[in-house]
Amino acid sequence: MVEVHLWSGLRSLAGGCEVVSVEARDTGEMLRALVRAHPELQAPIDAGVSVAIDGRVIASGLTEPIPDGAEVYLMQRLRGG
Amino acid sequence: MALDDRKSDGFTFVGTRPNRPDGLDKVTGRARFGADASAPGMLHGAILRSPHAHARILRIDTSKAEALKDVKAVVTRADFSDKVEFAPGLEGDFWNILENVMAGDKALYDGHAVAAVAATSALAARDALKLIEVEYEVLPHVTDVDKAMLMDAPVIRQGAADYSVPEGMHPNVVRKHESGHGDVEAGFAEADLVIEDHFTTEATHQGYIEPHACLATLGADGKGELWCCTQGHWIVQKTCAALLGIETANLRVTASEIGGGFGGKTTVFIEPVALALSRKANKPVKLVMSRSEVFRATGPTASASMDIKIGMKKDGTLTAAQGTFRLQGGAFPGGPADFTAMCAFAPYNLPHVRQVGYDVMTNRPKQAAYRAPGSPMAAFAVESVIDELCNQLGLDPIEVRLKNASREGTKASYGPRFQRIGLVETLEAAKAHPHYTAPLKPGQGRGISCGFWFNHGGETSVSLALSEDGSAQVMVGTPDIGGSRASMALMAAEVLGIPYENIRVTIADTATLGYNDVSHGSRVTYASGLATIKAARHAVEKLCERAAKKWGIPVDAVKWENGCAVPSGPNAGEFDPLPLADITADMGRTGGPISGHFEATPEGAGVSFATHIVDAEVDPETGKTKVVRYTVVQDAGKAIHPTYVEGQFQGGAAQGIGWALNEEYIYGADGRLQNSVFLDYRIPVASDLPMIDTVIVEVPNPGHPFGVRGVGETSICPPLAAIANAVSAAAGARMRQLPMSPPRILAALKADG
Repeated sequence: MVEVHLWSGLRSLAGGCEVVSVEARDTGEMLRALVRAHPELQAPIDAGVSVAIDGRVIASGLTEPIPDGAEVYLMQRLRGG
Repeated sequence: MALDDRKSDGFTFVGTRPNRPDGLDKVTGRARFGADASAPGMLHGAILRSPHAHARILRIDTSKAEALKDVKAVVTRADFSDKVEFAPGLEGDFWNILENVMAGDKALYDGHAVAAVAATSALAARDALKLIEVEYEVLPHVTDVDKAMLMDAPVIRQGAADYSVPEGMHPNVVRKHESGHGDVEAGFAEADLVIEDHFTTEATHQGYIEPHACLATLGADGKGELWCCTQGHWIVQKTCAALLGIETANLRVTASEIGGGFGGKTTVFIEPVALALSRKANKPVKLVMSRSEVFRATGPTASASMDIKIGMKKDGTLTAAQGTFRLQGGAFPGGPADFTAMCAFAPYNLPHVRQVGYDVMTNRPKQAAYRAPGSPMAAFAVESVIDELCNQLGLDPIEVRLKNASREGTKASYGPRFQRIGLVETLEAAKAHPHYTAPLKPGQGRGISCGFWFNHGGETSVSLALSEDGSAQVMVGTPDIGGSRASMALMAAEVLGIPYENIRVTIADTATLGYNDVSHGSRVTYASGLATIKAARHAVEKLCERAAKKWGIPVDAVKWENGCAVPSGPNAGEFDPLPLADITADMGRTGGPISGHFEATPEGAGVSFATHIVDAEVDPETGKTKVVRYTVVQDAGKAIHPTYVEGQFQGGAAQGIGWALNEEYIYGADGRLQNSVFLDYRIPVASDLPMIDTVIVEVPNPGHPFGVRGVGETSICPPLAAIANAVSAAAGARMRQLPMSPPRILAALKADG
């Protein structure tokens, strides 16, 4: 199981949860599992999210492995200037 | 063959300061910028722009212009693809860009394009614009971010808000970001002093010296060629193809030499218009913006209105922080309010923090990225309050920042824990710098600020080809906006073991290499650099294979050392080192050309921090401010070419000085931009600036083979705050509004008594 921390603006779309537990081995699976658990998360995920795994920020990759026990945070999608 | 994946010391080429490869071209005028291209039979384009901030377009009559002998095509919105689906929210990137490059049913800001002409000369094209009749119904407008959120504000476009905006907010509020952790009210209750204050910043332009320019050819067969000045030609290719309704691969885009970008050239403005004109006229069309058009119709940064509340104990410990950030990004969604919120408190270890950002639409041009979009204004507001807390509690500003600084393992204000970061090292270096303890003269003040930016990776593809004489060509897809050709050559030289001068780096066109993301997010030295290192290693593997074959030993018994294949140990056999040039001399007869390639989306950019020290002097008679001393301290991870790194540090500080002291978009009551030329929009010139001293801190990024962190953006995060703190100290009055222009300084002095 992966515990995914949501930024507080997303919590109203996830039944008020701050952390959602899903079965996932990589970032793509994790995002799909989040939408299965809370369908309202589809809109922000479609708008673009980044994922931090143990502090390493994955800007857009869907194939990054998530190790057991990793600290996972959803973030607004990163862009540059 | 053994290749270490990561290298942190013992460099031969990396860290040296060779001459820049584009120097001679640039000083002799041989470099070809956007406006330097021409083609046989070429026409000249010109764009008609709305004089109104907000108006319904009732009728456009182009017949008189089209009747002119010299006019070969006129285009309006009807000449673009009708397949770009109406999607006014953030998910509708293409629709919003189309709406921006050519107005639909409404003109949304002063300068919005409504029609364009191609004629046999630039003068004829401009004359023809005067014959196009546009009937407008002028609508109420709003250009101020706070006024645009009031319930009686004119609605710019219904339906642009996304899921995040609570019910009851004005339709101009299109996105809300909220994040943080802990219980801020409990944190404020623990504080000995809580300060709450309001700050504003104005929109500023990137101020690149080269205006946008392009040469476009699009035939009736749907095949096109585009030469343009851009930070990313693949995004130009993809966007123009969508807006013109052609296949992406049928449009080849070549990036010209670029005279500055800073984020402002990461999208399209005139390129789709030139292509539409060319398709209609069946001739090449050149389109060059005037400076006034650049100000009115490209993307400045967002302006901001911000509320900050921070609590501190008497010993300097921060107990809680809270910020509300409202950013207007023009008449489209996309103002970087989320980044402003996420960056605001990132330098500090806070048990309780909450940040809220609002993206708001106004009748102004569509904002574009500008170096660390959203972060500098956040730092201005937050670091001003921290400065005031230090002043009132009698604490040293660097000691307080060190006490509360984010480190490896700190839970960031935006969520996750930091990996290895270098904020503490920048603060220690600033504290140790002679600038920090140098005496100040009467009338001078000193300011400190930290700044933070995420940095970025992005899609990247690099190829490297060896020549028979042992020299190497490197093809990258990221336009060189900050000296990247030199950095790529140094990294390739380090891996190949051949001199820097024997490597030529070229920016490939879209038909020559796979997709490359834009030169943005401080990503080029990180991502293209990583890809260059790996492409060079790929070539080295092949060189080792050739040597192994020649010596008749297994390839894993060969290693690469100082530009030569050598046996990896005593058991591999006794062979003289085989130099690269000896292998490439025979490569055609020993297996064919040798090249290396790498493509990926690297995901380890590594965040970065900086600390700036500024001394400023205020003239109480005139309100004029002078920056008399400036020191930038920033973590570069590893400086590949230190001179370019220092240049990035100095450039960020120089642009920050302009943003802090003079630059602003000034709108009249009619919603028209009042200062659309450099005479009225005051960017700093050399005589406004002191020597900007630099200190490069190197805390290696674990996500790059040589430890690189991007340096292009973080350098503009601290200046607004550091200068505001210095000016506030010098003036004896807290400055809460940027720019701190002479009238505002005088008003602050007067209010202070």
